[in-house]
Amino acid sequence: MPDAALLTTPGGLLLPLSVLVPFAGVLAGFALGGRNAQRVATVTIVAGIGLALAIAAATLRSGGELVYLLGGWTPPLGIALRADGPSVVMIVAVAVVIGGIGLYARGDFGTPAGVREARAPFVYWLLLLAVWGSLNLVFTSGDLFTLYVALELLTFAGVPLVCLDGKGETLRSALRYLLYALAGSVLYLLGAVLLYGECGTLDIALLAQRVQPGPVTWTAAALMTTGLLAKTALFPLHLWLPPAHAGAPPAASAVLSALVVKGSFFIVVRLWFDAMPGLPGFTAAQLLAGLGAAAILVGNVVALRQERLKLLIAYSTLAQIGYLFMMFPLAFDAATGAFAHGDALAGGMLQAVSHATAKAAMFMAAGLIYTTLGHDRIAELAGAARLVPLSVLAFALGGLALTGAVPSGAYLAKKLLLGAADGTGQWWWALVLQTGGLFTTGYVLLVLAHAFRSPAAAIAPRARVRRLQEAAALALALCSLLLALAATEAGPLPGELLGNPLSAKELPWLLLTVAGGAALALALGRRLPDFAAGAALAAIGSPIRRATVALGGLFERGDALLRRWHVAGVSLLALALLFGAAMRAG
Amino acid sequence: MNAATIFGLVASALVGVGLYGLVANPQPLRKILAFNVIGSGVFLLFGAIARRGAALGLGGDPVPQALLITGIVVAFSATALAVTVLLRLYEETGRTTLSSDAAPPPPRPEPPPQPDRIGA
Repeated sequence: MPDAALLTTPGGLLLPLSVLVPFAGVLAGFALGGRNAQRVATVTIVAGIGLALAIAAATLRSGGELVYLLGGWTPPLGIALRADGPSVVMIVAVAVVIGGIGLYARGDFGTPAGVREARAPFVYWLLLLAVWGSLNLVFTSGDLFTLYVALELLTFAGVPLVCLDGKGETLRSALRYLLYALAGSVLYLLGAVLLYGECGTLDIALLAQRVQPGPVTWTAAALMTTGLLAKTALFPLHLWLPPAHAGAPPAASAVLSALVVKGSFFIVVRLWFDAMPGLPGFTAAQLLAGLGAAAILVGNVVALRQERLKLLIAYSTLAQIGYLFMMFPLAFDAATGAFAHGDALAGGMLQAVSHATAKAAMFMAAGLIYTTLGHDRIAELAGAARLVPLSVLAFALGGLALTGAVPSGAYLAKKLLLGAADGTGQWWWALVLQTGGLFTTGYVLLVLAHAFRSPAAAIAPRARVRRLQEAAALALALCSLLLALAATEAGPLPGELLGNPLSAKELPWLLLTVAGGAALALALGRRLPDFAAGAALAAIGSPIRRATVALGGLFERGDALLRRWHVAGVSLLALALLFGAAMRAG
Repeated sequence: MNAATIFGLVASALVGVGLYGLVANPQPLRKILAFNVIGSGVFLLFGAIARRGAALGLGGDPVPQALLITGIVVAFSATALAVTVLLRLYEETGRTTLSSDAAPPPPRPEPPPQPDRIGA
């Protein structure tokens, strides 16, 4: 007798549609060619957002998960598509972000008048839809092999986004990304094969019942996890991420940073929480979150040392990826020895959604600032706030959302994770969660301090930005900033989680975060704006600053070393071994 | 030692050789080939597992075979994409190296104005 997880539910048909519609758009756009690609993409994006909302509505109606069996075959022979709470949240979030990026890209990738077909816009619209379809497949796949295919599709759609301009340097970044991602995916596949040999199925629901701890399953889980981390660019496996962002157009960077890395992250969640919740154990979760903490530290410090705004945001992504992995030890239930769906997972998913929206907005804002000034050197941003006030506002609001200000999604995520850290007695992760926000405040303040200065000489804008583009960036930043309200008012989370930012309990934290962030920016920032008060401060603090700058330089050199191919390759293999050993230790 | 075990051992060897090549060899084309060697190892392993899982008098478990055909298609597409990017990289820069901080590119091998050697 098949159990409930193995039957198609009402509304289940929406799941294959959410994958098919974007890919149908890719094929139609490719066949029709020219400027039709953009028209097809517009229609597809509207339809896809409708589908995402329909999936959310159907899930709320059914109260459980949606299931669709392809061809009516039941697993393990057939393939099931499933959508539970986390996947529905991600489907809706991705639809919203794609909508925002789609609006923005109309400005950057509109086919110019009088041209039948321009290569970059044509390719961009098709790839955007391909990324979307692959992500929806990642979120709805019910078995590990379909997840592998989805993961590869995502990489194939993401790599060309890096080298849209076709220049040598971006092609090199794309090749590095592709080769490293392939190394990751082949490790994942090897793990999946071993798992099949042990359990006789790759269906997630069946695996959850069949996986037994043992040398083979530990090896499989370690290989799969490490492979996915390489694709997610978790420290120290991030060699491809900064160069990929250096040359990619802003609309492509937004897709890569906000969406593509979330795909492989989501598969790690699927693996640890759903396919084998009892397998990885406490030690491996500590290792995973330890890498996350290292990512937060290194990513943030190196972000403060960047010359270019775009790379600052890229390194901030590196740090934010670290935050995503903080939830794993906090979701570990010591009583059952398994990873449980609960507050920590909810916090982690909120963090993912919050980062997706805010980071897309920040890349778009950086793109608009670049368009206006003709460069994105942080030290020369003076006057930006006057020339493109809405873009600078979008950057500030996106940054504010990431720092965890009330009522942003990051705030609620932090609250949930801190609660879980308290409940499980893991105070060290609470410490990391609290201090991480300081750095974010630091680099947002650093950029704003430059952008709000008035320029020495009047600057004429290189190009006018479109209102629609600014509106898209602003809307996504606001989504992230108001996410906690949405989650508590319309969503399932209780409203009392949300504090008043000006209450006696919250205000000191807020002030402390701002002061700490400013101090970090003063200590580590590469170029400080020359305020009158700043000069006095600099005179007092110059020995300290010399020391902190030297420290920052050390982090930069360490980062450059870890991003060498040999080192990153050895790290990949070493991490696989470490995860295997950690899982064995339990 | 039965056939499945021998295939499994050969598969492990292929994966090991491929991983070494992928990490240690600086040439992107060799890395692409190394990826394919690992892929072959994984597919061989899957075949061995299918053979081991044979039941009901079938020659082998059919599910791994279906999956590994898909896997081969995916690996083929990956190789095609990687080779295309590599070719474009060579067209643009005249070099096929992954590190950007290496020495500046040597001049493209243009045919220099050749003095008439035969006559000289």
